[in-house]
Amino acid sequence: MLRFALLRLRSLLLALFVASLVIFAMIELVPGDPASFMLGINAREDTINALREELGLNLPVWQRYTSWVGGMLTGDFGTSYTYRTPVTEILIERLWVSLPLAIYALTLTILIAFPAGIYAASKRGSLTDLTVMGATQLGVAVPNFWFAMLAVLVFAISLRWFPSGGFPGWDAGLYPALRALTLPAIALALPQASILTRIMRSSLLDTLSEDYIRTARAKGLTRGQALRRHALRNALVPVLTIIGLQFSFLLAGAIIIENVFFLPGLGRLVFQAISQRDLIVVESVVMLLVFAVILVNFLVELTYGFVDPQLRRGR
Amino acid sequence: MRNLIIGLSLTAVFVAAALISFLWTPFDVTKFDIPNKLQAPGGAHIFGTDQFGRDIFSMIMVGARTSIAVAVVAVGIGMALGVPLGLAAAARRNTWADELIMRGNDLVFAFPSLVIAIMMTAVFGASALNAIIAIGIFNIPVFARLTRSAALSLWQRDYVMSARVAGKGPVLISVEHILPNITNLLIVQGTIQFSLGILAEAALSYIGLGAQPPLPSWGRMLAESQTLISLAPHLALFPGFAIVLTVLGLNLAGDGLRDLLDPKLREVRT
Amino acid sequence: MSLLNIRNLSLSIHGTPILKDVSFSIEEGQIHGLIGESGSGKSMTAYAAMQLLPYGSVCSGEITLNGRDVLNSSESELCQMRGNHVGMVFQEPMTALNPVQTIGQQVAETILIHEPDTSRTEATTRAAQALARCELPQDRFPLSRYPFEMSGGQKQRVVIAMAIALQPKLLIADEPTTALDVTTQAQILTLLERLVREDGMGMLLITHDLAVVSDVADHITIMRRGEVVEAAPTAQLFAELKHPYTQALFKASTHQPERDDQTHDTPLLSVRNVIRDYALPRKALFAPQEYFRALKGVSFDLHHGESLGLVGESGCGKSTLTHAILGLEETQGGTIELDGQPVFTNHKPNRAVRRRMQVVFQDPYSSFNPRHKVARLVAEPFHLHDNPPTGSAREDAVAHALTAVGLSPDDANKYIHEFSGGQRQRIAIARALILRPDLILLDEAVSALDVSIRAQILDLLAELSDTLNLSYLFISHDLSVVRSITDRVLVMKAGEIVEQGETEAVFTNPQHSYTKALIDAAPTLPKGPRHAA
Repeated sequence: MLRFALLRLRSLLLALFVASLVIFAMIELVPGDPASFMLGINAREDTINALREELGLNLPVWQRYTSWVGGMLTGDFGTSYTYRTPVTEILIERLWVSLPLAIYALTLTILIAFPAGIYAASKRGSLTDLTVMGATQLGVAVPNFWFAMLAVLVFAISLRWFPSGGFPGWDAGLYPALRALTLPAIALALPQASILTRIMRSSLLDTLSEDYIRTARAKGLTRGQALRRHALRNALVPVLTIIGLQFSFLLAGAIIIENVFFLPGLGRLVFQAISQRDLIVVESVVMLLVFAVILVNFLVELTYGFVDPQLRRGR
Repeated sequence: MRNLIIGLSLTAVFVAAALISFLWTPFDVTKFDIPNKLQAPGGAHIFGTDQFGRDIFSMIMVGARTSIAVAVVAVGIGMALGVPLGLAAAARRNTWADELIMRGNDLVFAFPSLVIAIMMTAVFGASALNAIIAIGIFNIPVFARLTRSAALSLWQRDYVMSARVAGKGPVLISVEHILPNITNLLIVQGTIQFSLGILAEAALSYIGLGAQPPLPSWGRMLAESQTLISLAPHLALFPGFAIVLTVLGLNLAGDGLRDLLDPKLREVRT
Repeated sequence: MSLLNIRNLSLSIHGTPILKDVSFSIEEGQIHGLIGESGSGKSMTAYAAMQLLPYGSVCSGEITLNGRDVLNSSESELCQMRGNHVGMVFQEPMTALNPVQTIGQQVAETILIHEPDTSRTEATTRAAQALARCELPQDRFPLSRYPFEMSGGQKQRVVIAMAIALQPKLLIADEPTTALDVTTQAQILTLLERLVREDGMGMLLITHDLAVVSDVADHITIMRRGEVVEAAPTAQLFAELKHPYTQALFKASTHQPERDDQTHDTPLLSVRNVIRDYALPRKALFAPQEYFRALKGVSFDLHHGESLGLVGESGCGKSTLTHAILGLEETQGGTIELDGQPVFTNHKPNRAVRRRMQVVFQDPYSSFNPRHKVARLVAEPFHLHDNPPTGSAREDAVAHALTAVGLSPDDANKYIHEFSGGQRQRIAIARALILRPDLILLDEAVSALDVSIRAQILDLLAELSDTLNLSYLFISHDLSVVRSITDRVLVMKAGEIVEQGETEAVFTNPQHSYTKALIDAAPTLPKGPRHAA
C-alpha cells in the first residue's frame, strides 16, 4: 500500500510540475507585454514600467518561472494588481466560500445519487427504474445556470424561502450562511447527481452480471443480499472516479453559479480578475484549482487501494 | 428503439430550425420593434418578444445555428485529433509514446475546463471561434481515451494477429481492422460530446465569453433575460427549453444508438 | 424416491425453445454425467434445477429436488435450498469468486447465510475445515487469502469448498474442469469424486467431454439440441452405444484421421537456442525495466512433410514460440530458419520467408474482421507479395482456396457472421492456404470446436497435408488430438522443451516426469463396443 501511494505521489508531483509550466506558458502567450495588457491601452509609459519592474518582467523567462514557483511553494502567490493585497489572502478568503459550497453540493449529489442509483439497479426495468432514468436524462440536459435562474424566481423571489444571492459571511452564523449556499448547491448538485446516479446504476448492473454474483446466488443469497454484499463494493471503483472528477468540477465549475448568486468565491474571483486583466490572480487561481484536481485524483486513487485488495497488497 | 426515435426527432427539429433560419424566420431578428417590447407569448409572436421587441421564436431558430455549429466543430476537433492519438497509443501500447499520449490526456483532464476556456477567451478575446477551440480541446482526451481502450481490446483479437502474419503494419491495421470496428462507439460518444458542447457553448455565451452580438445565442438570451426575470419570465423560459430539449434529444439518440449498435449491452441476465 | 427428479422439463428464453421434454433422475450418492455439445442445453438444465435462469425464461414440467417441488417454490424457499441442499460449481474459476473478499469470508458466507445463529468464529472454523477438505490446508492457504493470490485450480477448490461447506445432498458441477490445464483437471475430478463418495452426495457432472465422465460417472445422460437422446449406466452405455448420435459422438472423440507418411529427413524449419524476453510493464514512469524470460533456449527441427506436435499447459511459452516462428516478434537469442533462410534479418522480418508460413488460430469467432467479406479475409495474406494478383486472378485464388477446404466459391461474397464455427475454421484454413505455404502453424486450431466438427477439421487437415505436401506445427493442450494427427511431438514446460520424439513412442513410453504426469492426467475413453471401435 505504501509503495503504491509513493508511486502515485511521484506522478502527482510530476503532473503539478508540468501543469505549472503549461499555466506559465499560457500567461506568456498573452499578446504583447503583460504589463501594458494589464493596464490597458491608455496607461502611461512610467506606470507600465513600474509594473514591469514589480512583476519582474525585465528578468529572463526562467528566472520569472522559478521565482513564481518558489513563491508558491512558500505560500506567496504575489500581489494582486487590482486589489493591491497579497493574492494568498484573497485566495484563502474566497476558498472559504467555494470549498464549503463544493462540499455541500457534493454531499447533496451523493445523498441523491447513491440511493437512486442502487434502487434503480436493483429494480431494473421496473416503473421506478424508468422514472429515475427519465429524471436523470432531464437532469443532465438542464443547464445549471438556467435551473439556478428559475430557482431564484420561484424560491427566492416568489416564495422568499431563500435569499436570491449574496453571501453574509460565516461570521453571520452558520444558518444564514448555509441558507445562502443552499440554492447554489442544489443548482450545482442536480446535474451532477443525475450523472452519478446513471454511473452508479450502470456500474452496479455490470457487476451484477459477473460470475461471482451467480456464485453468491448459488450459495443461497437473495438478489438483495448478493447486491449488498458482493456487487456494491466492486461497483464502487468507477463511481469513486466520477466523484473525484465531480469534486474538482464543483470547485472550479462554480464560476457561473457564483455569478448567478453573486457569491464571493474563487470562480467569481477568476472571472473578475480576467475582466480586470489581473494576470497574477488568474494564474494563481488556475494553479490552485489544478492542484486541487490533481490532489483529489490522488486521494481517489488511494481509496482504490481500500476497495481493491490487489493494490493494497502492493502488487 | 423508442429512445432513438424520440431523440432523433428532437435533434432533427432543431437542426431543421437552424437550417430554415438561413432562409426564413417569422420576424427579422436584427430589427428592434420597441412598441411591441416584452409581449407575452401568443398571438403573432408565439413565444413573445424581448425588451427590444424582437421575436423570441425567430431568435431561438437563429440561436440554434450557433449552438449546433459550435458543438459540431468542437466534436470534429476532438475526433480529428483524439481518434488518431488513441489509435497510435494503442498501436504502440506500453511504450514511451503511449505513456506520453496518455499522460498528456491526464494533464488536459486535470485543468478545470471551464476556467481554461474562460482564460483562453480572456487572453485571445471572446468570440464563438475561441469558444469552439476551447470546447474542442477538451474533447480531444475524451476521444483519445475511448479510442485507446477500445482499440487495445481489438488488438488482442486473432484477426489483428492474422493481419500481422500477413505482414501488415500498425498503421494499416489501425485503419483496416481497428477503426471500422470502433466507429459505433465513436458515434455514440460523439452524440454525447455534441450535447455537452451545446451546454458548454450556452454557459460560455451566458457569461459573455461565447458568441458575441449580433450573433444570436441561447446562452446570451438567458443572460439578457436575467434582470427581467420577474417581469417577463418567458424570456428565460423558451431559450432554456430549447437547450434542454436539444440536449435531451441528443442524449436519447446516443442511448438509442448504443442499444442499436451494440447488441452486447442489450443482453439481460438474472 | 430420487434425489433429483426432472420430468418433462421444457424451457424457453424470450420465446426461443431451449429444452424439450427433458427427463432424468439422480439417486442419492450417484454421480450422473450429463453430456452434450455446445447448444445441447445441458447447462440450462442445471440452472433450471437451481432456478438461476436468465431473465425471460419460462419453465414447464416438473423438477423435484430433495422432495421439494422446485418450479412451484417461492424465491425465499429456493434461497433456502440453494447452497444448503444443493451446491454448485462453475466452469470459469477465474471469475467465480468475488475479487474483493477473502476466501475465508466467501466460504463462511455459505454457512452464515443458512445458519444465521452460528457465531463468526465457528463459521470461520468450519470454513477452514471445508477448505482443508478441498486440499487447501490452513498453513499454506490461510483464510485471509484473496482470489488474485491463487491459481485457477486453487480458485476452483475454493468454489468447491463453498459448495460443500454445508454438506448438501446434491452437487451440480457445470464443466468444472474445462477451463483448467490437464494435470489440474485430473486433480479436481479426483477431488470431486472423493468428496461425493465421502459425504454420500449425489452429483450432476456436466461436460462436453465423454472421456471426463467415463471414469467417474455411474450413469450417463446424453443431450442434443435440448433433448435427451440416450441415458444408461456408464458401463452399459459404452458397451452398447445404442443411439446413432452417441455412436457418432464416441467415434468423433476417438477419431483418427487417415494420413500418408510423407516425412522427409530434410529439415524445413530449424529452431536453435531461441530465447525470448518480455519487458514487463513498468510500474511507474521511471521504474527500472524488468524482464520475463518466456523461452529459455528452445531448439528443434521440423522436417518436410512432417506433422509436429507441440504440447504444454497454459503459460508454458507455446504462443510465444508461435509468434517468434512467424516473425511477429524478434527473439533475443538463437536462430529460426526456414529452409536455411532466417525469419529475421537486420531486425526486420523476412517477407520471402514469411510468405511460406501461415497460421490458423483457436477462436473461430475472433479470427475474422466482421466488417470484411470472406473474399477480402481470405486474400489478406497476399499483402506479403510484392505484386499481389488482382482482378480475376485474385478471385480464382480465393475460389480455389475455398474449394480446397470444402466450401463453395460463392461463399466469397458473404460476411463472416453467416458461417458456423466449423465453417469459419475452414475459412481460416483457406486463408492460410492462399499463398500455397510450406508450413502451417495450427495454434489450438481445433480446441474450440465440438468433437464432431473437430473430427471433420482433422480429416480436412490430414487430406490437405497429403495433397499439398504441407508441414504442420500442431500446437495444442489436448493430448488425444496431438496423438491422432502428429508424427513427432515436443513437450514444453516453462519455456523449455523437456522431451521430444516419435509421437507413439513418447505416448507409450514417456521419459520425462512431466510428460508422464501429463499423459496420466489426460482423461481416456473406454475401448467401447467391438462394432464401434
